[in-house]
Order: sequence, then structure tokens, then C-alpha cells
Amino acid sequence: MSQIKIVNLQKSFGDFTAVKNSNLIINDKEFFVLLGPSGCGKTTTLRMIAGLELPTSGEIYLGEEEVGMLRASERDIAFVFQLFALYPHMNVKKNLSFPLKMQGFSKSEIKTRVAEASKLLRIDHILNSNISSLSGGDRQRVALGRALVRRPKAFLMDEPLGTLDAEFREMMCLELKKLHIDIGATTVYVTHDQLEAMSLADRIAVMDGGEILQADEPNIIYNKPKTKFVASFIGSPGMNFIDIDQGISNEQSTIGIEGVNFNIPKQFETSKGNKNFFGIRPENLYLTDEEGLKGSVFGVEYLGSRKIITVKTNVGEIKVKTDISTNVKLNENVQIKPSNDNIIIFDGETDKSLNSEFMR
Amino acid sequence: MAKVELKNLNKTYNKKIEALQDINLTIEDGQFFVLLGPSGAGKTTTLRCIGGLEKIDSGSILFNDEPVTEDQPASRDVCFVFQQYSLYPHYSVYENLAFPLRSPMRKLPEEQIKNKVENIAAMLKISNKLNNKATQLSGGEMQRVAIGRALVREPNIYLMDEPLSSLDAKLRETLRVELKNIQTNLKATILYVTHDQAEATTLADKIGVLKEGKIVQIGAPEEIYENPDSIYVSQRLGSPKINILPSSLFGMTDSIPTIGIRPENISIGSGQYSGKIISIENLGSETVVAISFQEHEILASIQGNYKSSINETINFDINVQKFLNFDEKGNRIYER
Repeated sequence: MSQIKIVNLQKSFGDFTAVKNSNLIINDKEFFVLLGPSGCGKTTTLRMIAGLELPTSGEIYLGEEEVGMLRASERDIAFVFQLFALYPHMNVKKNLSFPLKMQGFSKSEIKTRVAEASKLLRIDHILNSNISSLSGGDRQRVALGRALVRRPKAFLMDEPLGTLDAEFREMMCLELKKLHIDIGATTVYVTHDQLEAMSLADRIAVMDGGEILQADEPNIIYNKPKTKFVASFIGSPGMNFIDIDQGISNEQSTIGIEGVNFNIPKQFETSKGNKNFFGIRPENLYLTDEEGLKGSVFGVEYLGSRKIITVKTNVGEIKVKTDISTNVKLNENVQIKPSNDNIIIFDGETDKSLNSEFMR
Repeated sequence: MAKVELKNLNKTYNKKIEALQDINLTIEDGQFFVLLGPSGAGKTTTLRCIGGLEKIDSGSILFNDEPVTEDQPASRDVCFVFQQYSLYPHYSVYENLAFPLRSPMRKLPEEQIKNKVENIAAMLKISNKLNNKATQLSGGEMQRVAIGRALVREPNIYLMDEPLSSLDAKLRETLRVELKNIQTNLKATILYVTHDQAEATTLADKIGVLKEGKIVQIGAPEEIYENPDSIYVSQRLGSPKINILPSSLFGMTDSIPTIGIRPENISIGSGQYSGKIISIENLGSETVVAISFQEHEILASIQGNYKSSINETINFDINVQKFLNFDEKGNRIYER
């Protein structure tokens, strides 16, 4: 297995720059997720690592070797697109051994590798079954096994779970995670699904407009986002942003919203202008009888273990995640307060989060 | 709007595949009823039978106690919203919304049409787009118009087949709240089909769970989540999924072979059980920890962040009050 390093990587299609001057180090054995909306450059980045696209400029290292201009077949990498791409007329064993046979491995080597991969994926009992007789989950394991038998330096996956329904996706997510823990292969995984990214990744790079905005562990991305875009892209329901028409100064530790003063973490930075955003996640707010931000209940959503209350206020709709014992009715008047200091101020001009007691 | 009843509904395809078997359900006037189930369970077929797009083999369909089983689709006065927005691309948003009201069957005066269109547009927050061509809208706006085109009418029932599933996650969350709000204000009768459990629990007054063409449980979202009649139903709601385990793990007797326990009812850090951590998923506001316990895997869901490492041995506890007991067939054993 190997480290993957990309240096000043750039890719243009005509006038359009799909990936802008990107730098990343993906550590050996790391599960690394490229996350972003469609068109953000995540798939292009992955395809350049695979050798399916050539960079316009910059370098790609696989271990010590610079591979940017090598053909895909000359890079020791396995690409998993849609996990369902199997040969329907072959049984499981043949599906697994086929890629090795094509590469000219000896019969005994093929046997060893197929046995090893099938045991790891818990499909050793169905080696002689037909693909068409398998459940969706088993098929997906076979497809993974086909990549696994090659023992590549790295796995590259492009939305492999994208087409599955929600229930099945959750199951496969956990399977992939466990498999990665078992074999510890360097993996680069592309998705637009933030929950998938959070649950699988050791580290996530959030991309937008061809740029990498932040690359960090999931809990840092979630709790200490560097930009408003990152904050809004991660989390369900997303972070609340309240417009504040005032400048933020160094050392400031309270803020007035709608005539109510709220404590905020002590700020270590001054905002550029007088249009900024107060960001807080729904689970860090609660409904209270004390003085808070006033509003009326617009939605009460039951999610089994939690409820999401949508409150209409003079500063927009605010979502509050509460426990299920919270009982409020539509149109009821309520007040909202932060329950902790997980509050981030975003600079309206740069979109960046301001440094503070909480963010440092 | 109407009360809609299905009585002993049966439907087979090609005389072989039993798509629906003895379906009985009542959708009250003004109720938001969600049919939940995996693909192939019969959700869409039920919807199409009510709309008259499929002929049923036996049973009856009643609107306000009047049978409509033999009626043509057009005369049933129902309104469909599909997953893929189908708008008239050469028309403006206004014309798209007004179109159903101009049908020869209705012949509404222009004044009234204008009123209705403007009201609905305001509700869906597309008032400023009324003069746009349908093709000049984003995906989310197009689906709003598609929903709006249904809402300008007051049919007996709205039949919605995964109307939000083609939208991205953020938009789905926003529209979910709006749709529920509009339905409450209009007191609309809606039958809504989905396999998305968050949509089901957040939108529904009542959920009907389908399994292989049969209704296996009907209840309010809270009832379905907290009091499922079977293992099958218990697994339809809840993310991460409910733990289904042999009761012997917890020293229980044979009279109750299987128990179900939801991940949020397991706490970590202290407790009488101990196991090894298999994986940790940090999902932001919660963390899902998979624990290996006597050859079984248990999922625990913890609020906030949880720091630990794989293969570490940890203690955990279970809120046994929340055990759901099941028999060999997977049916719930209720306490006497």
C-alpha cells in the first residue's frame, strides 16, 4: 500500500478549469473522501489519480514514483466504479479469478488470492453460485472482491453506492468501513453524499468550484469548518446562518440579534465588513421560556430518536434538533437559545470562519 | 377533499405475480398517509389502483363512501405528482400552474384562476418566477411548480409517488417542511409513496408499511417506530438500524427467542456488558459505534462526539425497558 501525493495539480478543459492548483497528501492506509456538489472537480481529481485523465499541469506521486503521465494500466491502482459490474454468465469464483487470469498469474497464485479475498468478504460459501442467484449485498461483495484480488497499491472508488436505495446503502457503508479496517488499503472515495463521507472517511476534502476548501478529519470538518460553504454542505439538517448587519471586532464576546444579547465565543479576529453570519448547528440550539430569539413553529418533524423543529423568526427559518420529548404545536410561539458555545461567525466578505476561542 | 377507503383489494400481474393481496386501509379526509416499503412491495401499484391507472382483480375503492372502482381515471378526480417533473417547457410558470384549471371540465373564470395561481405560488415561494419559462428554472423550482400544478386543484386525493426523490438533500429537507405545512393548511388528503424513512416519519399522520404486497402495520409514525408488530416493521424505521439479537445474550429464557433494541438505547462507557469496538462512525451530531459482543455485532448511537479506537474493549449498558420481544417467526410478543 502507498501514500498518494498530488502537487499543484491542475486540469483544464478548454477555457474551463475543472481542478485548480490542488495539493493533497493521502496517507498510507487512509480512507480519504473527496466530497462536493456535482461539478466541483472531485471526479476529475480521482480520474487523474487513476490515469484516466492527464493533468494539464502538476504532479501525482504514488509512493515515491511520479505517475502523472503514466497510463492507467501502468499504475498499480484498482478503480471501482459501480460495484455491480459483474459477468452475469460466470459464477462467483470465475468472476473473482478473471482479472488475475488476464494478467497471467499462475493457477496456484490465483487460487490463493481468490480464497483470501472471498474469506475476507465472507463469500467463500457461495464461490460456485451463479451471479444471478445472489442477493444485492453479495453481488456487491463479489464486485469488491474483484478489485481486492489484484492487491493494488490503492483503491479508487467513484460513488460506488450511488445507485442503491437508502437502506441498503447504509448497510454497505458499514461493510466497506469494516473491510477497510481489515485490509487497511489506501482508498480514495468520491461522493456527493455528506453522510456517506462522514461515516466512511478518516479524512475528508471538501471541494467546490475546482478548489479544495478544507481537508480534515470528519469531526473537524463538521465542528470547525473553515468556510461557510463547508459548514453548509455538511450536516443534516444543515447549519443555521443568521445575517448580522454589524462588524465583528477582536475580543468581542456578545452579539445582539433582534434586540437580544447572545454570548459568543471570544473572537480573535476582526471582520472585513459589516455584513457577517452567525452560524450554529440545529443540535446546539434549544427551545426555552427564557429570553431568546422569538419565533413561531413552522414545522415539527419526527425522526424516531430526535425531532427537528423549524421556527420562523424575523431573521429567517431556524432549525432546532431536540429530543423526542419536546412537545410543541404548529404556530406556537417559542424562543430559541444556544445550548453551548459551538457558535461560528463567518465573514460576509471572505466566506471564511473567524478565529475564536471555539475555533482555535 | 375526500375520505378514501380500500377494501380487500387484490391485484395480480400476468395472472401470476400477486402485486397486492387483500389490502385494507382508510385514508381520512385531510390525512397525510404514507406508504412505506422497499422496492417491489406494492406501494406504487396501490397508488395507481386508486388513480384508476391499474384495473384491480377484486375488492373495492370508495371515495367518501361511494364506490369508484368502475370509474374511469378522469372521473375519479384525483391528482398525481410523480418523481420526474413533467412541465410544459414552452409555457411560463404561470401558464403551467393555470393549465389544469383551464380544463374544459372545470371552465373557471380567469379572475379565479389568477387568484388560485397566485396563492399557490406564494405558498411555494415561486411568486417571483411566474413569468419565467419552465426551462429557466432550477431543478428544485421545477419540482415546486410540478407540486403547485397539483395543488391548484382540489381533487378528491393527491397521489404522490416519491415527488422529492430526484432533488438534492438540502432541497428535500426544505420542501419536506413546506409540503407538510401546505397540507396542514389546505387540510389536503394525500397518499404519498416513498422508501425514504425520514420522509415517512416527518410527513405522515399515518404510515402504512407494505411487505410483498400486503399491509403489515398501519399507525402514526411514533407507533410504528416505538411499537412495531414485527421485526420486519422494526427494521423499516430507524437509522442506524435496530439491533436484532438472540435473547440468550442477555440471559433471557426461551419463551422470548429474539429481542430488538434501538441503537440510541445503548449507552457506552460503563455498564454490565463489555465488548470490542469494531468501527466508529462520527456523523457530526451523533456517533455510531459498532461493538462486537459474543460473536454478535451491536450498534450504539451516541449524541455528539465519541473518542476511542478500534479493537478497544469497552463497557456498555442497555436500557432493557426498551427491549422489543419477538417470537421465532419475527412477530412481536406483547406483554400480557
